[in-house]
Amino acid sequence: MRGLGKLTKTELKLFLREPEAVFFMLVFPLLLLFVFGGIWGNEPSPYFHGLGFVDWSTPAYMALIVGIAGLVGLPVTVAGYRERKILRRLRAAPVSPLTVLGAWVLVYAALTTLGALLLIVAAKLAYGLRVPGDPLKIALGFGLCTLSFLAFGFLLASVSRTARVANITGLALFFLMMFLSGATVPKQELPETMQRLGAWLPLTHAVELLQGLWLGEGWGEHATALLVLSGVLIGSAALSAKLFRWE
Amino acid sequence: MAGRARSQAQAVVRVEGLTKRYGSVRAVDGLSFEVYEGEIFGLLGPNGAGKTTTVECLEGLRKPDQGSIRVLELDPWTQGRTLRERIGLQLQEAALPDRLKVWEALDLFSAFYPKARVADGEELLARVGLLEHRDRYIGKLSGGQKQRLFVALALLNTPELVFLDELTTGLDPQGRRAMWRFLEELRARGTTIVLTTHYMEEAERLCDRVAILNQGRLVALDRPERLVERLAINRRLDLELAEASASEATLNALQSDLERVPGVRRVEVGPDGRISVYGRGERLAVDVLGALLDRGVRVERFQMERPSLEDVFLALTEEA
Repeated sequence: MRGLGKLTKTELKLFLREPEAVFFMLVFPLLLLFVFGGIWGNEPSPYFHGLGFVDWSTPAYMALIVGIAGLVGLPVTVAGYRERKILRRLRAAPVSPLTVLGAWVLVYAALTTLGALLLIVAAKLAYGLRVPGDPLKIALGFGLCTLSFLAFGFLLASVSRTARVANITGLALFFLMMFLSGATVPKQELPETMQRLGAWLPLTHAVELLQGLWLGEGWGEHATALLVLSGVLIGSAALSAKLFRWE
Repeated sequence: MAGRARSQAQAVVRVEGLTKRYGSVRAVDGLSFEVYEGEIFGLLGPNGAGKTTTVECLEGLRKPDQGSIRVLELDPWTQGRTLRERIGLQLQEAALPDRLKVWEALDLFSAFYPKARVADGEELLARVGLLEHRDRYIGKLSGGQKQRLFVALALLNTPELVFLDELTTGLDPQGRRAMWRFLEELRARGTTIVLTTHYMEEAERLCDRVAILNQGRLVALDRPERLVERLAINRRLDLELAEASASEATLNALQSDLERVPGVRRVEVGPDGRISVYGRGERLAVDVLGALLDRGVRVERFQMERPSLEDVFLALTEEA
């Protein structure tokens, strides 16, 4: 893993120099928070198990951040590096593929964490966000969601020939999941067919897990979500190890 | 360098029967050669001859279909990463992020090599003439400056062996000449260099030995000057006669006389007493001038055109 630290630092620096690349991941969730928070407020209601709309939405928006990172951010970055022959140059150095991959996981994990913290702080300041669940469990759940979606992102990067293809595929998947996962429209409001369709989408399970942990529920109540997210993680990692191309 | 005794030199690259197919196309077809320590070895050939594929197999970036390769006693495919710690390589097609600065690229790549091998980045930048641009974004560099940065990166691990794939393509004449001087310095420091090029001038000036490839096969391998000799390609002798000797009648008589000189293949008579003689052999010039003197013809000027590697190249690739 020689060079992992330096590569991670370099990639972070490059992101800071191109802030437009992370705008979507950091600012879009805040936009949702202030638009929908402005409409519904955060008054406790039985509809949200005695919590307010913002309390219920914040963990769902955290799942969206993870979704943007894995479905759009990472695949576009990686496919772009391949398309522009930057991966080729990296490979010409004695650097292990795991180091390159590890650096991107670290960079994107740092960015999703930053996005989540910004969201939580804003929700707390503007709407007095409540956190009934165990913060450690929420952090662990968030970590699992992140890894799972980043692995899926590598799979998308492996099968996308260009950054443009990765961008279109990723955005289409992201918006589909955003509307059907219950992250923006509460799941129980969706017609049954749409709910059944949503159950096939990994983001639905990320939303369910994070909302559950936020409310203070245990792991056991979300075994299906845990299983699906771990399955996506392992399956995507195995597939992209087979399909990944440096050029 | 050209006089380096082969018996003293060690083979740092050994290729035997290398074959690489892309689909049904044989990009490289049964290629065998060796590269000796301390030489500049050129791979020449038209586009699609298999130069880049060969080099990428040697670098461990491509898996050969058949044949055996040893580079610094290592198998490039199975021991690629160990090999790439010890070799330097510049790729025909490669890039780095635009928003990375020159010194940051060196800093980043330094981290990929064992510390003991890493050269001083500032000194390298100075050697390739980029020190004043160390804080510039790579995206703002000119083509030539980028190429020099990639050379610096290729030398970052003080490699024993360097592969340069079409290094001077896209450089202006001054840039190319500067790069040649740089490579000669590098060889003087004891680094072995394998380069691919389609510039004959470059191969003639730099290479101790050249391998000429066509359609994936080796068509010739020797020192540049030996290739020229061996192929006995027509030389051209340009003569200009003194005015008194240049009447049309004399010229016509001379033409048939010269055509009988041994080695002469063809004689062209131009206006104003200019004659071009095409022929073969070391004695061509001596015999032609002798024949003219015998007839009392005064020669004002003469010039012998040396066949170039380009002539060799064309002769070889056209007959193949």
